[in-house]
Amino acid sequence: MTDIVIETKDLVKTYKMGSVEVHALAGVSLSINRGEIVAIMGPSGSGKSTLMNILGCLDLPTSGEYVLDDERVSKLSGDQLASIRNRKVGFVFQSFNLLSRQTALSNVELPLRYAGVTKGRKDRARLMLETVGLGDRVTHRPTELSGGQQQRVAIARALINDPAILMADEPTGNLDSKSGKEILDLILRLNKERGTTILVVTHDPNVAALTQRIIRLSDGLMVEE
Amino acid sequence: MNIFQAFIEAIESLSANKLRSSLTILGIVIGVAAVIAMLSVGQGAQNSITGSISGIGSNLIFVFSGNFTEEVRNPQPLTKADAEAMMDEFLAPSVLAVAPSISGNIEVTYGGERAQTSASGITPEYETVRNYSLLEGEFINNEHLIGNASVALLGVDVADKLFGRRDGVTGETIRIEGQPFRVLGVLAPKGGSSFQSADDVILVPITTAQVRLIRRNRERVDSILVQAVSADLVAQASQEISDILRTRHRTEVGYDDFTVFTQQDFVATAQTITGILTIFLGGIAAISLLVGGIGIMNIMLVSVTERTREIGLRKAIGARRRDILIQFLTESSLLSLLGGIIGIGLGWLIGYIVGRVAAASGTPFTPVIGLDSVLLATIFSTAVGLFFGIYPANRAAGLEPVEALRYE
Repeated sequence: MTDIVIETKDLVKTYKMGSVEVHALAGVSLSINRGEIVAIMGPSGSGKSTLMNILGCLDLPTSGEYVLDDERVSKLSGDQLASIRNRKVGFVFQSFNLLSRQTALSNVELPLRYAGVTKGRKDRARLMLETVGLGDRVTHRPTELSGGQQQRVAIARALINDPAILMADEPTGNLDSKSGKEILDLILRLNKERGTTILVVTHDPNVAALTQRIIRLSDGLMVEE
Repeated sequence: MNIFQAFIEAIESLSANKLRSSLTILGIVIGVAAVIAMLSVGQGAQNSITGSISGIGSNLIFVFSGNFTEEVRNPQPLTKADAEAMMDEFLAPSVLAVAPSISGNIEVTYGGERAQTSASGITPEYETVRNYSLLEGEFINNEHLIGNASVALLGVDVADKLFGRRDGVTGETIRIEGQPFRVLGVLAPKGGSSFQSADDVILVPITTAQVRLIRRNRERVDSILVQAVSADLVAQASQEISDILRTRHRTEVGYDDFTVFTQQDFVATAQTITGILTIFLGGIAAISLLVGGIGIMNIMLVSVTERTREIGLRKAIGARRRDILIQFLTESSLLSLLGGIIGIGLGWLIGYIVGRVAAASGTPFTPVIGLDSVLLATIFSTAVGLFFGIYPANRAAGLEPVEALRYE
């Protein structure tokens, strides 16, 4: 096992919008070490969402190579990608994306279900909720939780399978500054305590300032590191 | 993700939208209820008709004049002599008893009471052949026959109408077509029949009937009932009868001018008719089940669209195509299974009500809900849910995670 957790080479992603080809990514090569905390920045339309989708194995590049935690991802099928996402990637979204009908515990437990884990799911989920500071909210549904608490549940869900990377897409975008700060502190603490590699997509410079490294994108290219 | 979890999640998701879920299953409920009710009523009708045919007697063969399937010119009527010929031990060894009869509609009065009913002129053999027993009095015997006696046996319905009671009427004098007849006895009830009550009859000696009530050629009879020695010999007996009649009517060449039906023929014909009826009604009911299935498909499509983000999220955290497929198929099959179960209950209720209504209107009749129709309805409705769930589920499973997550 190397210390490099993400390595890409000439990632290109083109979309066809009608007859026009849009180059969302025009050749991105980067490598991220295990335990790093990295911010991806850039104006809208710069390709940062596309990069995040590809790094998060939600989408495949049109061309180029992508190795995530020693697995070559660029040529996998849909179900293989799903399995990679399940084991190696944790997602935190701007709008939390929790299942509103289910309790915090079931939400956190969900990735374990898809992983085929049958025993001890509830205990692991409870432990994870305690780690993010929600040990007393396990049976609450998302509607009964504040935005900050919902995002904590989402973080717990992202980390339940011990992923190689945590992808956070504007994790504080829907939160007030106080709970936004708390979430960032939590992310930083998790990075320190658990050594989780974290990628934060953001256009908030205050958020980016807290990370060790900033990748800036413009027009599908990396402009600054 | 195993089936049990999928099941629990499906229940959660369906109960999140209770009104919508219950409206959706209503289509299936009505469809299944209609199928169950139709099948049970059809089966009940079949049993009732079969029962009433069997109730006539056992191992019977019916002989009528004329050919029911082919055109025959100048068919000869059946005669008493024909009936006597069938008793020939050598030509017809499989025949146990022969009972010729004539019948017609008559008016019967007693005091101020008046009733229209049918009268049959019969011979003493009729008692055993038709398996009659008496509540009181005695059956018509040969002396009555020889003496053209003015005696009559009453069915219980007739006794009810004329006297308002069923016992103590023997010896009373009633008037049939204005002529006095002495009541000889009362027939034990035969139970209802789908066609006409077997208890709404008057039996008189055949000779008396020919002379006084149903005036026609003295030799002629309307039908001949023949009882075979045993169930195994019914076919042989009907063959022997046919041979005798062909010889007597000189129709060895060409079509018969008479028709021989066995009891089994009647049962088979009735079963064919009710069977076709049942299939027809069941088919119409099945169409409503189909419509219910389309309703499920419609709602599932709406549900998939509504939950696009949820699907995207599930895929993002590792749900495979199969997981999503199972999730939505479980929901749609659960909907239709639930509808099926409620529908079976409702169908049973409808069948029960139809039975009660039929009983109240004088045709006792028990709708039968067989295990087979319950199984059929359950399997069929679940299959409908599965089938109509495939397209929406496939659509959900085929969503691209990126697109689905971006969906507003």
